[in-house]
Amino acid sequence: MNYQTLYDKLWDAHVVHDFGDGSALIYIDRHLIHEVTSPQAFEGLALAHRKPWRIAASLAVPDHNVPTTDRHVINDPVSRLQLETLDQNCSESGITKFEIDDPRQGIVHVIGPEQGASLPGMTIVCGDSHTSTNGALGALAFGIGTSEVEHVLATQCLVLRKARNMRVSVNGQTGKGITAKDIVLVIIGRIGTAGGTGHTIEFAGDAIRALSMEGRMTVCNMSIEAGARAGMIAVDETTIDYVKGRPFSPKGGMWERAVAEWRDLKSDPDAHFDKVVELDASQIQPQVSWGTSPEMVVPIGGCVPDPDKEKDSVKRVGMYRALEYMDLKPGTPMTDIRIDKVFLGSCTNSRIEDLRAAAEVIRGRKVATNVKLALVVPGSGLVKRQAEQEGLDKVFIQAGFEWREPGCSMCLGMNPDRLNPGERCASTSNRNFEGRQGQGGRTHLLSPPMAVAAAIAGHFVDVRDF
Amino acid sequence: MNPFKTFTGIVAPLDRSNIDTDSIIPKQYLKSIKRSGFGVNLFDDWRYLDPGNPGDDHTKRRINTDFILNQKRYKDANILITRENFGCGSSREHAVWALMDYGFRVVIAPGYADIFYSNSFKNGFLPIVLDTNIIDRLFAETFAKDGYTLTIDLEQRSVITLDGTAFLFTIDLNLQKRLLQGLDEISITLHHADEIKSYEKKRQMETPWFFPDAKTGD
Ligand code: SF4
Repeated sequence: MNYQTLYDKLWDAHVVHDFGDGSALIYIDRHLIHEVTSPQAFEGLALAHRKPWRIAASLAVPDHNVPTTDRHVINDPVSRLQLETLDQNCSESGITKFEIDDPRQGIVHVIGPEQGASLPGMTIVCGDSHTSTNGALGALAFGIGTSEVEHVLATQCLVLRKARNMRVSVNGQTGKGITAKDIVLVIIGRIGTAGGTGHTIEFAGDAIRALSMEGRMTVCNMSIEAGARAGMIAVDETTIDYVKGRPFSPKGGMWERAVAEWRDLKSDPDAHFDKVVELDASQIQPQVSWGTSPEMVVPIGGCVPDPDKEKDSVKRVGMYRALEYMDLKPGTPMTDIRIDKVFLGSCTNSRIEDLRAAAEVIRGRKVATNVKLALVVPGSGLVKRQAEQEGLDKVFIQAGFEWREPGCSMCLGMNPDRLNPGERCASTSNRNFEGRQGQGGRTHLLSPPMAVAAAIAGHFVDVRDF
Repeated sequence: MNPFKTFTGIVAPLDRSNIDTDSIIPKQYLKSIKRSGFGVNLFDDWRYLDPGNPGDDHTKRRINTDFILNQKRYKDANILITRENFGCGSSREHAVWALMDYGFRVVIAPGYADIFYSNSFKNGFLPIVLDTNIIDRLFAETFAKDGYTLTIDLEQRSVITLDGTAFLFTIDLNLQKRLLQGLDEISITLHHADEIKSYEKKRQMETPWFFPDAKTGD
């Protein structure tokens, strides 16, 4: 008997041609497109006189450059040209695109699942590393480069080498106040940012099963920060309930057939994993990153670590550099670190559940005076609308937050939302690299409740005592 | 894509691990809709002291003389040696375009992030994996000798030092072939067009919900 992992099953179902050397031509069911990584691909296609293979497989949306204030005032001519180029490429090729003022517009990784454009069992790609988010649906989803975007447009396939299988199990129950973000930050802290390189990670265990789809997307989103191109979670009732009734989801008799197939989208009990990591959920504390790599995390009750205690010399040098860039001293309690800005958003944490959890923490309170800017940027127009129907926008605004239009925003600051040199930010995004949120800016990654609690306190705090 | 030929080039050392693609080419330059012109902004935040924006005249910017690539001896380097997990983070292929536009043709490191690794080959750029202890030695030799060069022989899969020591590296045979011949991957895939079509036919029967666009009845 040949037992298979979920990844093995998804791989096998999409092999168009096996090259017999561990690589294969793999069919791509869904291709999501945004403005930053696609222009050169469309240009390449045109230069070679090629046409898209199957336009209905693609769905495009602008997200990285869009302003989060007035939608139609794009002062930066270079950003504007890139947005216009996406418009032009989509209209010329006939690819469906959500316009900037369409309520369905949002961050590409948020809208795929939200629209049912990403479904269990699919292969899903996008010229963006956080495409792994879609793996939460029990799909094989991963980021690709621009040449591969062109390859998918031209052939609906990719030449891929099969990755190894890795399982990360989070066993038992998490404590009160622990979110999906804390779980994934602990995983990255444990295995390191190269821990999943060459692997596809399947997240498993009771604590993962207990997560909502939004939480599962947060975990799969950061697979790439753990080094894995794709992360995924087996299909269960939570998945099926989430997918049901979405605009692009199958309907009627087709729905029943699809669900019957999807129920098999899980690893066989005795499937072989090349690497297995086990974590005890009950030990997970709220996390905050202190350095310039997502693996540089500590529990909120901890202190900035001391590089002198690190045995690995390459790591030690990296830690010194990070401390210098972040302007932190070893031994400083995390709760003593004061912040200048707060960003609640990004494809990691901008779904409705994130906004609800954050609003709960700040209801009736005010942003601290030392915090210059506290931004809430919903992941999509539909998330924004839902939040407004629930009155969450008022909770944020009354507390002193700015309530913005959807987009990537200060996750990477390609639009005008960014940090100034030296500013320190509590951010719900996924990367704390040097300069990520603005040149010289200092990013600390944490969960939405932890980020807004920091906004109120003016420094990091344990949201559980808040 | 041009075929990759054996060459001897000057080595530049960048002694850091986990260099991410945001550092290789910062976000503001990704607004370009071209594939070229990224070289002057390679490692922008490290190379220059003042913040830069697309369209700036880079000759007027303040150079960070502490940054290693700004040293005169590495000016004409076309081989980069660096540390673990090079190219992590964002999938931006602009990182490879920037390295190449600057003049690099090869990078040598103990390991790479997956997407960066795959992007490299699409552009005829060669990422070589060598053991950490060999990399340590190459760093030491590069620092010790001005104009230190290495020869890269992809056919033999070897990195050869001045004194003739050859370090062999492993590489997927398909990737090696593609680079050596400068093959266009899309046209290779299109040789399988019939297989793609029959795959689509089969899947339309088995999983029709993935093909809402398919005409029924044919
Ligand atoms: S929100 Fe951030 S990480 Fe996500 S797609 Fe946008 S820029 Fe990338």
